[in-house]
Amino acid sequence: MKRREVRWSDLLFFNSLRALALLIILVFISIFVFLYISSAETFNTIGWKFFILQDWSTNGGRFGALAFIYGTVLSSLIAILLATPVSVGSALFLTEIGPRVLRRPVQMLIELLAAIPSVVYGLWAIFVLAPFVKDHIQPVLRGMTPGLELFQGPPFGLGLFTSGLVLAIMITPTITAICVEVFRSIPLIYREGAKALGATTWETIRLAVLGPGLAGIFSAVILGLGRAMGETMAVTMVIGNRADISASLFSPAATMSSVIANEYGEASAGLHLSSLSAIGLTLLLVSMVVNGFARVVIWRVTRGAR
Amino acid sequence: MKGIHSSFMLELSAGRKVRNCAAQILISLAALLAIVPLVFVFVHVIKSGMPALNLAFFTSLPSPVGQSGGGMANSLIGSLILVVFGTVIGIPIGVFGGVFLSEYGKGKIAFFMRFSVDLLTSVPSIVVGLYIYSMVVVPTKTFSAYAGGLALSILMFPFVVKTTEEVLRLIPQHIREAGLALGIPRWRVIVSIVLKGAIPSVTTGILLGIARIAGETAPLLFTAFGNRFWPHGLNEPMPSLPVQIYSYAISPFEEWHKQAWAGALLLMSMVFLFNLVARLLLFRDKSGHN
Amino acid sequence: MVQKELVLSIKDLHAGFGSAEIVKGISMDIHRQDLVALIGPSGCGKSTFLRCLNRLHEETEGAWVRGKAELFQQDLYERGADPVEIRSKIGMVFQKPNPFPSMSIYDNVAAGLTIRGIKKRSYVADVVEYCLKQAALWEEVKDKLKAPGTSLSGGQQQRLCIARTLAINPPVILMDEPTSALDPISTAKIEELITELRKQVTIIIVTHNMQQAARISDKTAFFLLGELIEYGATSEVFTTPREKKTESYITGRFG
Repeated sequence: MKRREVRWSDLLFFNSLRALALLIILVFISIFVFLYISSAETFNTIGWKFFILQDWSTNGGRFGALAFIYGTVLSSLIAILLATPVSVGSALFLTEIGPRVLRRPVQMLIELLAAIPSVVYGLWAIFVLAPFVKDHIQPVLRGMTPGLELFQGPPFGLGLFTSGLVLAIMITPTITAICVEVFRSIPLIYREGAKALGATTWETIRLAVLGPGLAGIFSAVILGLGRAMGETMAVTMVIGNRADISASLFSPAATMSSVIANEYGEASAGLHLSSLSAIGLTLLLVSMVVNGFARVVIWRVTRGAR
Repeated sequence: MKGIHSSFMLELSAGRKVRNCAAQILISLAALLAIVPLVFVFVHVIKSGMPALNLAFFTSLPSPVGQSGGGMANSLIGSLILVVFGTVIGIPIGVFGGVFLSEYGKGKIAFFMRFSVDLLTSVPSIVVGLYIYSMVVVPTKTFSAYAGGLALSILMFPFVVKTTEEVLRLIPQHIREAGLALGIPRWRVIVSIVLKGAIPSVTTGILLGIARIAGETAPLLFTAFGNRFWPHGLNEPMPSLPVQIYSYAISPFEEWHKQAWAGALLLMSMVFLFNLVARLLLFRDKSGHN
Repeated sequence: MVQKELVLSIKDLHAGFGSAEIVKGISMDIHRQDLVALIGPSGCGKSTFLRCLNRLHEETEGAWVRGKAELFQQDLYERGADPVEIRSKIGMVFQKPNPFPSMSIYDNVAAGLTIRGIKKRSYVADVVEYCLKQAALWEEVKDKLKAPGTSLSGGQQQRLCIARTLAINPPVILMDEPTSALDPISTAKIEELITELRKQVTIIIVTHNMQQAARISDKTAFFLLGELIEYGATSEVFTTPREKKTESYITGRFG
């Protein structure tokens, strides 16, 4: 009698957990389903051309996502271009050359950077970073490259470049943390091998840390890219929010996430709403692919080292 | 080896020394550069936030445009409600999801669940907002605390699942076997021995999860939406600190900017506090074992 | 017997980590083309001692060294001595083969040259071929020089590491139990290689395997608890040890 009771309770527990697991899987799948349903109108009326149409006019009822895809790609690229050297350098400092008493505090500070809410970064970027870009960065870049359209544009301080800059600050902790993990997983024997060859500290890093860690660094950057693309608030607050494709990094633009944040609450027309959902679905799929890819690489790198 | 090269060629040339030095300086500069923004943000938020962070900020409703004073009391309560709501749903799903993966983590369902959880952690938060909008807001025809809390819980639970699973996996198998050998049913072993022993670390994960959702803005924009009045019920638009900061920040009014800074200071302090407590808890737990 | 040139002269060398002293005042002389085996039970400080000779010991956290170690009358530990320069003159082969995992066989051998800015292709190719031949690996890898170093077998990887060390042409090579991770056949090949190399280089080898010490070395140093108990011609140490402790160890009473 007792035995039966025991088994029964175990079975109940197990099945409840299993139900929970199924629920979680269901949540995951339903995200795609709901987003697809709410964006169906766009895909039915505009079709795949949605992705190559540049025109976005709420009043005119014309919707194309290209400007936002461009904004997302470019701001994220600026972000990883700026964040990668800083992050890899920081990770090297934390694992290879930093004085041991400094490593822990510095690492904690970098982790704190990741804890600051996006909206706080946005606020800071509007009132501190954007004026700084306007007054000190843009004039210098423009002065150095006369005629280069990339650095021309209106002196607002808002735009792709400022967004990329704040994104870079936000993804630096992510990339740094993964690089630290990757570098720590590289066995010490390679560093000793390099040193025994008479390599300097820098040459040892090149031979025995950066070389073996290249795939890991790459995936850390891709993961940072994924984060940058999905980031919403800080970008929305400083990108200027205009659905334009401009050659200048200093003109206002918009990203996939910023246009959703800006317009979704007020959108009423069916096609407008569904086009925003379609952009959301695109963003979701791209994030999945980018993150999934990075994770597989990281998994293979850290597993291979063990 | 004679005649191939003599050892003078292998001497440490000045070029190598310079390069080594330069590289180390650059690496140190990179680390410095990484923490400079933290200092700037921190200093600026404190400097600009302090003046407006008075008693009225905690007790008053937002004042209308053009009037000075006022506060974010309603947003504070709203945030509290939303975070509690999100946590109440997020914790059980997260913790027991983690239990399932760590204790019954083989088989197809576990595989697909792990896959889902992994990818859920990388869903952009704004997309979660879209999802809850079409799943909750559209059918109920209203922005609500339910929708906002649910959105936050979806951002929270994958994170808690992962930390719980990780923590439980560290508990040695023989502890489970010892319990089973005493004739204790498996579920009791898992709940009262395995899970109970891991409470400090699981709590750390939960606290970090709370810190995370407390600062989320994007998923609330069109789920909880916002409100300039006291919240009356869960089935109506709910104000929140992050959303309020956002709408004040992009407004053209100086007075509101001050309030936004004060809100940011409060939000940042809370998030840091949660992080600190979480870390201390983990630290104490670790040093207690040694 | 004619005394050969003095290569390494160690005088009262102490080393350890933190408060633990692992090497307790070792003095010994090593001459040109000596093949010295360091034997002793594990934990006796022979590896730490070896790692002091190319200043690798100090790279570990908490490590310290005191005393003198002279290479060609130059103290390795004198003020201003650069460990990077010293390691160009004293090569090292490790217990576990450690070819750089991101590099090809060719690049691994050339690594010591390329970091020093020696990049002339024909020259580097000559050195790589020469060193691989010396390491008795050329025939096995000459058709796949671009393959990753880690694609080789354990024994081949170890010979690759020896070739990598030879490429910087050091007068002294340290070997820290170079065969302990290898199978008997690979071990035999490495031993053969070592006896070949000793014609040009001074080799100091730490080994756990007493037969190996007896087979290949011409001088043996017996370490116990951080002290040098006995140091002399291998044939004498193994047949007529002066010290009781050496005898006990060699006859297998401890260790």
